Amino acid sequence: MPLIEVKDLKKKYDDGEMATVALHGVSFDIHEGEFVAIMGPSGSGKSTLLHILGFLDKQTSGTYHFDGKSMKTYGEEELARIRNKKMGFVFQAFNLLPRTSVYENVLLPLVYSDIPESEWDMRVTNAIHAVGLEARAHHEPSELSGGEKQRAAIARALVTDPTIIFADEPTGNLDSKSGQAIMEILQDLNEIDNRTIVLITHETYTAENAERIIHMLDGEIERDHLVQNRKSARKKFEK
Amino acid sequence: MHWKHILKTALRALAVNKSRTLLTILGIVIGISSIMVIMSLGSGAENLIMGQVQGIGSKTIGIIPGRQPSGPSDVAQMFTDSLKQKDVDALRKKENVPEANLVMPLVAGAETASVGNETYRVTIFGATEAIQGILDVYPDKGIFFSADDVKEYGANIVIGSKIAEKLFANEDPLGKKLRIKGKNFRIVGVLSSKGSGILNFDSAVILPYTTAQQYITGTKFFQRIVVEVISESMTASAIVNIENTIRNSHNITDPTKDDFFVETPADVLSRLSVITTALTLLLTSLAAISLVVGGIGIMNIMLVSVTERTREIGLRKAIGASEKDILQQFLLEAVILTFFGGVVGIAFGSALSYLFAFAINLSGTISWTFVFPWKGAALGLGTSIALGLLFGIYPARRAAMMEPIEALRTE
Repeated sequence: MPLIEVKDLKKKYDDGEMATVALHGVSFDIHEGEFVAIMGPSGSGKSTLLHILGFLDKQTSGTYHFDGKSMKTYGEEELARIRNKKMGFVFQAFNLLPRTSVYENVLLPLVYSDIPESEWDMRVTNAIHAVGLEARAHHEPSELSGGEKQRAAIARALVTDPTIIFADEPTGNLDSKSGQAIMEILQDLNEIDNRTIVLITHETYTAENAERIIHMLDGEIERDHLVQNRKSARKKFEK
Repeated sequence: MHWKHILKTALRALAVNKSRTLLTILGIVIGISSIMVIMSLGSGAENLIMGQVQGIGSKTIGIIPGRQPSGPSDVAQMFTDSLKQKDVDALRKKENVPEANLVMPLVAGAETASVGNETYRVTIFGATEAIQGILDVYPDKGIFFSADDVKEYGANIVIGSKIAEKLFANEDPLGKKLRIKGKNFRIVGVLSSKGSGILNFDSAVILPYTTAQQYITGTKFFQRIVVEVISESMTASAIVNIENTIRNSHNITDPTKDDFFVETPADVLSRLSVITTALTLLLTSLAAISLVVGGIGIMNIMLVSVTERTREIGLRKAIGASEKDILQQFLLEAVILTFFGGVVGIAFGSALSYLFAFAINLSGTISWTFVFPWKGAALGLGTSIALGLLFGIYPARRAAMMEPIEALRTE
């Protein structure tokens, strides 16, 4: 059973005067443990697709099954709980809370979870360790570099131990070296922890870190293929 | 979400904008302070009035001509000429009112008194020498007029301290003449200064009621007859006997047609407390307006805060906050704001009322006791929390209903 099963997904924005179609009916599956990049130029509908997959938005028509259950059967509270428990989000703009330490930022999802408080410190410490940000744990976002901010955001996405991580242009605001480091972390999360990763990007060299690329154009899937010569951010023997 | 964390989150959000937080609660602080001051002064005034009315003596019963006023503004029936000498005589008969210790008629009026070319507006009290004990007015200097003066239309009078000061300056008024309505009266005593109570004798001339009727008012009736009972426990039965006696004297069989009424200090007290309560209520409702304005200020700032933190709300939703979580967070922020305003308002209002009490006492004329208005404090706290809920719910709902993706998109 695929983790994500999308059939004829359509999304239309209607602001009264003008209707914009963002998705023209897309269908695909994503299985647990896959690392999929959704690629396309701006306006191709890739972000809209990611938002629907991440329960942040709702489709106009078509079906979306997550973990075997149709999204439409969930209520608002359940959607929030699934986002908290099974999904992790990494955004281009980091979206860390200002004037709040890395530790507190990473802790934030736990506050909304049913994970017992006794585990919180351990989970936060582990997540910060996983992205190698121990030395910066008690710094505020304003004191961090872009790469460090994105690593803090990844730690936040990891802290509830989600099945899938949605990364929306995670390297978009970073220089290539920091971007490379972020991709290394995402690959490790996929290969070592077997976490499913859905990455949105418009750069081919970033997308080639994934095992599969879905090419989007004008709200439709143009091509869906496995990556030949997949780029490994880190050499295998180093792991 | 755990309450501890909602609270922590809300407090942190408020701490980030300290000066804004303080300015926001100002309206609530002013409103709650006003309520505290009004309630404290209200209770203080009530205590003061009670003390003064009790000073008149709980053993005295007043008989007043006319019908009992139905409200504070009903004066139409208050001044009539129904009480006469024959009523006083009837009341003085032991078989009629055995509880009576003494019966004193009272004639009152206002006249201009003069000494040489100096004039002064005075209040006239025609009474008997018993007025000293009943109203607690003893001469500071000299003596009081005697029972014989009352019997013989004597011209001996006692004057208030202010008259002595205004008309005699540094001279000793004792033995001097005071002219009222073309007649000369001899000053035998000067009253001690009693300050400004509800009954002020500083500008009063007290003289035998017989003299007052004959030479000043030219009337045959009394403004009041005061009966002092032997002991307070007899008040109830005395009232019945007094009413029957005067009805007999006036040939009244139907009590609803009474042309007089009887009043005890307790009655006066309850009537005055109706007035102070009404005043307190009026002022409190004025303070309530400032609370509503303060509440609108809170709502306004909360709406600004929700807009400013659109991104934060979006992020919180993305990582698993439900609408309920967001609603609780923003509602709690509003309630903390108003609650804090309430606490500061209570502290500030109490301090202000205490200062008022202190200042009034410093002026020395009346003794005022500071009353901490527990009711006002409880009301203030309750109101401030309610205001937070009332004016916080709309911004909090706006925050809660925000679509996560719309919120994250905002730059």
